[in-house]
Amino acid sequence: MKQWRFEVFSRGGFADVHGNGVLEEIKELRIGSVEAVQSARVFLIEGDFDKKFADRVAKELLTDPVCEEYYIGRSGAPAGLAKATLIEVHLKSGVTDPVAQSVMTAMADMGIEAGNVRTARKYILLGDISQSQTDTIARKILANDCIEEFVIGNEAEPPSPHLKPYELKIVEWPVCELNDDELVALSKEKDLFLNLVEMQTIQKYYKELGREPTDVELESLAQTWSEHCVHKTLKSSVDMTINGEQIHFDNLLKETVFKATKELDKEWCISVFADNAGVVEFDEDSAVCFKVETHNRPSALDPYGGSATGIGGVIRDPMGTGLGARPIANTDIFCFGLPDTKHEEIPKGVLHPRRIMRGVVAGVRDYGNRMGIPTVNGAIYFDDRYLGNPLVYCGNIGIMDKKKCFKNPQSGDVIIVVGGRTGRDGIHGATFSSGEITHEYETIFSHAVQIGNAITEKTMLDVLVQANEAGLYNAITDCGAGGLSSAVGEMGKDLGAEVDLEKVPLKYTGLNYTEIWISEAQERMVIAVKPENLKAITKIFDDENVESTVIGRFTDDKKLTLRYNGEKVAEMDMDFLHDGVPKYSRKAVWKSPALSEPSIAEKDNYNDELLQILSRYNVASKEWVIRQYDHEVQGTSVVKPLVGVTNDGPGDGAVIRPKFDSDRGLAISCGMNPMYGDIDPYWMALGGIDEAIRNIICVGGRADRIALLDNFSWGNCRKPETFGPLVRAAQACYDGAIAYDTPFVSGKDSLNNEFSCEDGSKISIPSTLLISAISIVDDVNKCITMDAKKASNLLFIVGETKNELGGSHYYKIHSQLGANIPKVDLETAPKIAQRVATAIAEGLAVSCHDCSEGGLAVALAEMAFAGGLGIEADLRGLPRSDDCSRLDTQLFSESNSRYIVEVQPENYDAFAKLMLNLPFGQIGKVVEEKRLTIKAESGETVIETTLESLKEAWLRPLAW
Amino acid sequence: MAEVKAIVLRAAGINCDMETEYALEAAGASADRVHINRMIEDKGLLDGVHIVVFPGGFSYGDDVAAGKILANQVIHHLSDALRKFIDEGKLVLGICNGFQVLVKAGILPGNNSSKGGQNVTITYNDSGKFEDRWVYLAPQTERCVFIEAARQIYLPIAHGEGKVVTYDDEVLEQLKAEGHVAFKYVDENGQEGEYPVNPNGSVDSIAGLTDSTGRVLGLMPHPERHVRHTQHPHWSRLEGKKEGDGMGIFANAVRFIRENF
Repeated sequence: MKQWRFEVFSRGGFADVHGNGVLEEIKELRIGSVEAVQSARVFLIEGDFDKKFADRVAKELLTDPVCEEYYIGRSGAPAGLAKATLIEVHLKSGVTDPVAQSVMTAMADMGIEAGNVRTARKYILLGDISQSQTDTIARKILANDCIEEFVIGNEAEPPSPHLKPYELKIVEWPVCELNDDELVALSKEKDLFLNLVEMQTIQKYYKELGREPTDVELESLAQTWSEHCVHKTLKSSVDMTINGEQIHFDNLLKETVFKATKELDKEWCISVFADNAGVVEFDEDSAVCFKVETHNRPSALDPYGGSATGIGGVIRDPMGTGLGARPIANTDIFCFGLPDTKHEEIPKGVLHPRRIMRGVVAGVRDYGNRMGIPTVNGAIYFDDRYLGNPLVYCGNIGIMDKKKCFKNPQSGDVIIVVGGRTGRDGIHGATFSSGEITHEYETIFSHAVQIGNAITEKTMLDVLVQANEAGLYNAITDCGAGGLSSAVGEMGKDLGAEVDLEKVPLKYTGLNYTEIWISEAQERMVIAVKPENLKAITKIFDDENVESTVIGRFTDDKKLTLRYNGEKVAEMDMDFLHDGVPKYSRKAVWKSPALSEPSIAEKDNYNDELLQILSRYNVASKEWVIRQYDHEVQGTSVVKPLVGVTNDGPGDGAVIRPKFDSDRGLAISCGMNPMYGDIDPYWMALGGIDEAIRNIICVGGRADRIALLDNFSWGNCRKPETFGPLVRAAQACYDGAIAYDTPFVSGKDSLNNEFSCEDGSKISIPSTLLISAISIVDDVNKCITMDAKKASNLLFIVGETKNELGGSHYYKIHSQLGANIPKVDLETAPKIAQRVATAIAEGLAVSCHDCSEGGLAVALAEMAFAGGLGIEADLRGLPRSDDCSRLDTQLFSESNSRYIVEVQPENYDAFAKLMLNLPFGQIGKVVEEKRLTIKAESGETVIETTLESLKEAWLRPLAW
Repeated sequence: MAEVKAIVLRAAGINCDMETEYALEAAGASADRVHINRMIEDKGLLDGVHIVVFPGGFSYGDDVAAGKILANQVIHHLSDALRKFIDEGKLVLGICNGFQVLVKAGILPGNNSSKGGQNVTITYNDSGKFEDRWVYLAPQTERCVFIEAARQIYLPIAHGEGKVVTYDDEVLEQLKAEGHVAFKYVDENGQEGEYPVNPNGSVDSIAGLTDSTGRVLGLMPHPERHVRHTQHPHWSRLEGKKEGDGMGIFANAVRFIRENF
């Protein structure tokens, strides 16, 4: 078949948006010699058609007739220009090319079947560029080494897409005769990430069976027993030393986070810590489920693809919970190195944080937006210790029929894989995410990166919703980390399963049976279907061009049997696979660091400090990111992430109204402050819980229906001094959940986030606990937002301000950490939350904002500029502890459990009555004049500045 | 008259179909979501239908260009049926990706210019990125049945490719002269302006187009996302409860059908 080559360029007079974007990035790399960049889309189409038809394809399909023009064949460098460098970027063999698939479909609509279609991007760099600069540009900007390769110059041919077919060869990896050293060596050689005890356990099992394991059996064990899949660290027994005192846990999670949920025993908790997501009641008919995952390592290597598959993966969790939920909201929380880090300070093997951030945001944007799921809540934290290990948390909430919250696979059900095809992408993802990253990981583990295609997932969702409504399957789960191995293994755990691996549809030939079984290719779900429903369910899938394939069936022998072309390649006991992992015991140490409070001279004016704090990356507006996410698709938004008179104020939580016929809503929020972990992770965790709850309360969520999620991202927990802080945080989760009456319903951990630099030094992330929260809103019409609403309204603060500047932004701008970490009064804090929630539900508050990063002064500034109204505040009304007499402490202390509430004058009495016996005080009022004025207890004005300057300081840093 | 029937067209990657169906029903129509495959199999599905909506989303991933692959399907399978549908006096609405489809399929602006072929397109925002923000829209025509000529409305956009451009100035002048411009982006006071008032850099601030019959409307902003009071981005600052501005578009369509069929 002839291969036609098409190049599509921007037409003169129309901007080359893509080329301009590349030029901007080149400038960011400080390569000044590139004067201009032209980009072209390249299509390589095999087909038996003539030039006339080729022209039609170019004109009608590939080229926009208004703003583009095409060239058939290979165009040379533009004439008359002194120096042009051509770079072409192609997808590596086997990488899915969705555009190519769409072109094939479209050509069929035009009446011609194309043989093969591939797409590429061509760049023409103009200017006097050195070879090393060309190489840098190609590597760092144009091509993603994990999935793409580049060719420089005009003559080089792109790589051939044709792969060799696979011929069955069953491989054994003998273990029975190995000594301990050899067992460890085997685990290392095969990237199994199994330790000696685990290898010995496996050896014992096979010795008893009297045979050697096959490769696929060991791979399955490695995957099922990986930290990522079984959380062996958090479930281990722990000997903990806290400041010299010994405590012991038989199972850390069961005795902290789970224990709280069990003791609280809420009837509205439907399924907790059991399924792919935690399920709670929404209303009489519906339930909602919520899951947050991390996708840290893939995002470090390939920010765009890593974060896209992060959000794509977590969306499949609710889709695979119970009998399947329909996704209704996304959340995204990221941690990056500082965006202004100097290039020369970036360790080898690490991408610049700015590049990571751009890529991560774009990945989540493109996947989430294409799925049509609103991204409603999130946060971004910056710290230089995230340089080697950025954190990417992606969350998804789904809604489901309350009667369909549990799976029920049966012996005899056929196993169907639905959605995308299986390829070599993502092999060893689960095990890879369980080790630490080094400067060489980029090359060693490039195969661990998965490649996402949101439209495949969306079409799969469309048909699964219909199949679910028709009641045509008994169980569903997603192929996440661990691929088919995990999905089929989990679902058939109590039954047994047999799978014929050659039936699994592949993206390209050449995969061996092990690769098929453990691939983490995206956009696949596994369902269990009664044979009599097979025809009906297949029709639903076929009708919308979604591929589904029967690959095996569930049995009743409690064995996992894998075959390839009829030959058995694995046979293992489900019990051993799922429960054979040895129990661990770990040591943990926590010793309170010797910290002290700094001495900073008091001043009589704090305008500069306030402006500086507003401009800190962690406080500054994230509008640049938020607007790139569609937060309104599905038409459910009630409280959007950006609020206020000009729609750009920092909303606290989000509220959606998931059902068109009901005013019941869901409030969604998060809380996290890794900076406090440097002082004490116990109070950091409680602060995170308090913050997540505050953000729910501020928008009108119920205080008595809050469910929490925990996501621990930690350094190397094999080190007792790194694990100790995690144990402290887990203890806080128990105490917080009990005190607030808020059960944890789901959680996940990502450990070993430590980067090994070339020189052997290590960068460990700060202890990072993300708390996500979800609650019910009885009537969304009663929701409020944080922006000041009307001049002459009164401002109250509820909650006490204490001498707690440790870990604060105020200390940070003085390069200090301090010691007095904000604590949480577990007696009073839940009462405050409850009463403020009641005030909002009774219509006594018109705005509400919590004091968090930057303290009272920042909260007042945000309320004022979001509302476009001035605030006059007076610290004489501030309820404070006796030791909180300093002015800077009152202004910037980050004490927890504080809410600023705007109340109309006529509701003064009712509000005050409601707050009786709680620490609260009138702190000021809203005024017309667009200024923030704060008077000290002395009566002196200590902050006075225009809203314009406050807002400008807050908007500027991340307005990219 | 009989009930007003509407179809919301689904396809791979379309994702605003449910809220669009809801908006139509709230406006008094009876709406169904129908997959393009069913429509191609059986053009009879259009019988008895009065309104066809191409909703928002990323049809076929916006591969090649936004809306292009679905537009290609429309051209090769549905153009005759749709032409007949429009000629019978019925209504077609394209929202966001649906607008892109209608333009790339040549249904909008339907200006039959001397140059022939597609001479208007929708391309990448000047900002180079996807943006979700609210915009004011000033109607520019009295011909389009979806629009109240005197009513400025407030709707959200959410797109990365929403910049309307014409092949050249002559085409633009023709669009204006023949009344194809349905909406322009303006500020709160009705004045045209730079970004972000014009959020994507569209020529002449064009936000939406109508055909020569006035029965086909395409626009980048999302009327179905502002049909209720609580969808307004700062509703909690506003006095009283008002229906969302987007509802007018659907209500006008339903009223037109009721009056004419």
